[in-house]
Amino acid sequence: MSVIEVVEAGPYTSVQDTGRYGAQRYGLGTAGAMDTLSLAIANVLVSQPAGAAAIEIGPLPARFRITDGAVRLALAGGVRGATVQGRALPMGETVLLAEGDVLALRACSQGVFSYLAFEGGIDGEPVFGSFSVHARSGIGSPYSRALLPGDRLNVGGAAVRGAERSLAAPTRGSGALRVVLGPQDDHFEPETIAQFLDTEWKISATSDRMGYRLEGPALRHKGSPNILSDGIANGSVQIPGNGLPLLLLADRGTTGGYPKLATIISADLGRLAQVPVGSVIRFQAIAVEEAQAEARAHAALISSLPRAVRDVGGGDLSSEFLLASNLAGAATSADDWSI
Amino acid sequence: MDRTDYPRVRPCGDCALTIELGNEIDATRNARVLSLDAAVAAARKAGVIETIPTYRSLFVAYDPGLIGYAPLAAWLLDLAGGALPETGSGRSWRFPVTYGGAFGEDMPFVAQKSGLSEAEVARRHAGGTYRIYMMGFMPGFTYLGGLDPALALSRRDNPRLTSPAGTISIGGVQTGIQCLVSPTGWHLIGRTPARTYDPQRSRVFFLEPGDSVSFFPVGPEDFAALERRAEAGELVAEPVAP
Repeated sequence: MSVIEVVEAGPYTSVQDTGRYGAQRYGLGTAGAMDTLSLAIANVLVSQPAGAAAIEIGPLPARFRITDGAVRLALAGGVRGATVQGRALPMGETVLLAEGDVLALRACSQGVFSYLAFEGGIDGEPVFGSFSVHARSGIGSPYSRALLPGDRLNVGGAAVRGAERSLAAPTRGSGALRVVLGPQDDHFEPETIAQFLDTEWKISATSDRMGYRLEGPALRHKGSPNILSDGIANGSVQIPGNGLPLLLLADRGTTGGYPKLATIISADLGRLAQVPVGSVIRFQAIAVEEAQAEARAHAALISSLPRAVRDVGGGDLSSEFLLASNLAGAATSADDWSI
Repeated sequence: MDRTDYPRVRPCGDCALTIELGNEIDATRNARVLSLDAAVAAARKAGVIETIPTYRSLFVAYDPGLIGYAPLAAWLLDLAGGALPETGSGRSWRFPVTYGGAFGEDMPFVAQKSGLSEAEVARRHAGGTYRIYMMGFMPGFTYLGGLDPALALSRRDNPRLTSPAGTISIGGVQTGIQCLVSPTGWHLIGRTPARTYDPQRSRVFFLEPGDSVSFFPVGPEDFAALERRAEAGELVAEPVAP
């Protein structure tokens, strides 16, 4: 077991996996990674299950220090400059860090959320089957809140291996975000639905893991903006009283009392998550069957990631390298290497 | 006038749907939702991940890799159209509440609007027996029906950005138990030291939709003592023998 310590972390830096299911009936939301494809890429690089817990890092700079043992990690998702002791760390590649090394991440230059995954995984006790932090519910593991400087995470020790590994991020669509209309599209006139689909919406600065607020024309409800509270899916496009769409995301409440005009398809949620504040998005309505075909294709893509991993360089491990990366530890004779 | 035919199913994207049995706050309708929920749970249908029962609808989260929208919708409509298991009347709970003053800062407003004294508002609120229609929004938030009509009061025009943990409030014809610090548009009339959600406790949740709830007033000193017990992991809310 090795230890990584948080030296600096902006808001929205927290441990996330694919979320918590089974207690939404009691009001406990799913939380989970905002971009599960990028989470999967980081995890697969370090031989973890695609949905394992990793550190989700928001758009601002962050720094981590290895305080015990050696750690192999991978960074994927939102693009940002990363260095280890001044050396550049490419995204989508594993790297071995030695005790004392500091990983410095700059602000995202493209995207919003990056994922840092560790060989051997993050150590903790899942709560309702998940490590995902939902800060307002005071739940998550190993910390039940966003990460703060001084926090220490136990992570699996790095395995001895000859080569680091790389994985090219699959290309993603760049067009309109696809939605399935409903469940309360009948609370809006057809012209209002057309207006929703024709508008270029700007992501508001008041967006966060709970939801992305949109700026644009106010959409009119046919009648009252209130409905009897019902369940809310990830990606729900809720139209509150002021008419400005609120895209409800990972940290959403489980139920709500405003009509939901549409729901963003699950395969496009990660792409939405990576759209920065101030950028413009558009929507396109598709049939639920088409959305489900996209969901299955997305799941197949995630399942295929391990086969796309490639060795970088290769070659033998030198003892100098092992010592430098602290893998040799306290080995004093050849016998220490036999199990 | 709502001319929609119920039950009906609507997609909530590609991984969830909602089946609506009606469009009103009604105990019989809500009991039917809970019966449908029990039938879905008992069927252990491949692909169904979890459900959220609400006033008049059941939200069903599912894996589109295992079941498609149309077959799941057809199965649910078939289930909802048939005989459903009786879910019974649920369990009964009594919650301690400290009404008014710093514990319920909207009590003077509620009293003024209802034309009742603050003591009478508290007496009537505590005297009611309420049905848990649903839980949602935040962990442990409990939507209760059965409020004395004299206490009904539409939501605040300007929602509060924060309200304390344990808040007991009135919103329209409903009253609610809120566990966590949260924004709210409802009127705050008191607080309970009981925690309807506590991730540190072995029983993280103890209420279920369909349970019934009543309240009993306690003074501020008792509140403090009960709060310490709740902090130590006790439920503090009392089960009522059937």
